[in-house]
Amino acid sequence: MKLVTISGPPSSGKTAVLAGVIRSMNSSGIRTGALKYDCLATDDDILFRALGVPVQVGLSGNLCPDHYFVSNIEECLKWGIAEGLDILLSESAGLCNRCSPHIKGVLAVCVIDNLMGVTTPKKIGPMLKYADIVVITKGDIVSQAEREVFAFQVRRANPKARIMHVNGITGQGASELASQFLKAPETEQLDGERLRFSMPAALCSYCLGETRIGMEHQLGNVKRIKLRQEAS
Amino acid sequence: MKNILEQSIADLNARTPEVAQFLADHGLVPEEEGIALGAWLDRVNEEVYEDIGIDRDGLVENLEAFLRQQSLLCSSTLPEVLSITVIGGHDKSGKPEQVSLSLVRGSVTSIVGPTGSGKSRLLADIEWMAQRDTPTGRAILVNGEVPDPELRFSLEYKLVAQLSQNMNFVMDTTVSEFVAMHAESRMIDNVSEVVSEVIRQANFLAGEPFSATTPVTSLSGGQSRALMIADTAFLSSSPVVLIDEIENAGIDRKKALSLLVRKEKIVLMATHDPILALMAERRLVIKNGGVVRVIETTDKEKENLTVLESFDNRLLALRTLLRSGELIEQIP
Repeated sequence: MKLVTISGPPSSGKTAVLAGVIRSMNSSGIRTGALKYDCLATDDDILFRALGVPVQVGLSGNLCPDHYFVSNIEECLKWGIAEGLDILLSESAGLCNRCSPHIKGVLAVCVIDNLMGVTTPKKIGPMLKYADIVVITKGDIVSQAEREVFAFQVRRANPKARIMHVNGITGQGASELASQFLKAPETEQLDGERLRFSMPAALCSYCLGETRIGMEHQLGNVKRIKLRQEAS
Repeated sequence: MKNILEQSIADLNARTPEVAQFLADHGLVPEEEGIALGAWLDRVNEEVYEDIGIDRDGLVENLEAFLRQQSLLCSSTLPEVLSITVIGGHDKSGKPEQVSLSLVRGSVTSIVGPTGSGKSRLLADIEWMAQRDTPTGRAILVNGEVPDPELRFSLEYKLVAQLSQNMNFVMDTTVSEFVAMHAESRMIDNVSEVVSEVIRQANFLAGEPFSATTPVTSLSGGQSRALMIADTAFLSSSPVVLIDEIENAGIDRKKALSLLVRKEKIVLMATHDPILALMAERRLVIKNGGVVRVIETTDKEKENLTVLESFDNRLLALRTLLRSGELIEQIP
């Protein structure tokens, strides 16, 4: 079975893009499955199910969704294989932009949108910088110039990725993206495989449920802000 | 070129300013000018790499890939697009599409057909340089030949630029900053000249004038459209321009088309407006996902265009009356 990890900032259009890809896969008779990792709630499983594909939903609740994803991807992969899928699409929201959900040897996709502003690509970490394909959405509502400048900035952040434009509403570009997904390598198991880059780290008192503010309540991996003297 | 890692920071700053820009994007600002870039990157703490979300090797690989692309961009070895040929596939019911259509630079073609008939699919096929590998089974030739499949992913070789009624500027900049940013991303030398030319041409198309210091987000619909068209004409690398429904946008459509034609664009217009449709040399009729007819604009139609334009002018005169607070009791 092929596995593809798709991530991107919230509301960038991941689900709409995947829906387009799934429609295209369906019409060529490819058995597709979807995994949706989210934090608190999601309705996207209903959308995927309406397209006739098997879906699993994982809600990370109060854990970092990235850590939750990597702790569960192996189980989900086994599920997909047992379902007899040809390709499994794993969608996870990147909430802090330092997310790092991509796995070595597994096709990695990052979805970002033109409305985020031209400085955004450089603010996104491994989720974008280690992706094989960067999908840019919402190109139908910004000017051609902004689309071109945005794509240029994306390339500066990740010069090796293939940049593709997909319209989540009309589906323009989705079948082309699907054709790239089908070139993904086969993934039969993930035991012993590695992430492309380390995930955001956190192991401090607040991870363990601390709610009080103040130095004496801070333990573990704590980082201090460097305040600088403003030039007057 | 000497290995980038062996050059000193000072030399790089002087000769290859893109390097500093690239590093700054990653939050790295080398201050020790005397040492080589490679040595400087070795000194960067592991924790810093963790924070910026890329390791030293990944960063160097990306930097080298970026510089390679930049130099490709400057030498522009990509073959120029002179014509695009659309070879028919089939419609949504599988009926063959009997068409072989050649689109040349400086031509205007309109596309007509009901919503959902497959206009955006046609554009997607052109943009993707389809090789019978899309749902329509169409094939696209560039300069009469099958294009290199890798060009599908090249930003410089994107075939289609789009302009539609829904588009807005979202950047928080002035008109001149905006156009300059676009020009810089295209590695154009005479940025300030191009910027003033784009603004001049955009004003020529717009009903109401605007200046270089106007914020792009406060332009009116017509002004925005005018700026988008002028900017696309001068600065977009794409040879094909798709115009989607620009009717009633408060710009001079005839001038807009002639500017794009002058700049040797292949213009495609999706429209329901008879005036626009007849301004084109020919029109494609799309139905059920396939091109069913290609109509060359007839002489009779061209005559009728003059009549339609006079209707349009009469309507425009009424609009002007309305705007200036007059009564509309007499139809001119």
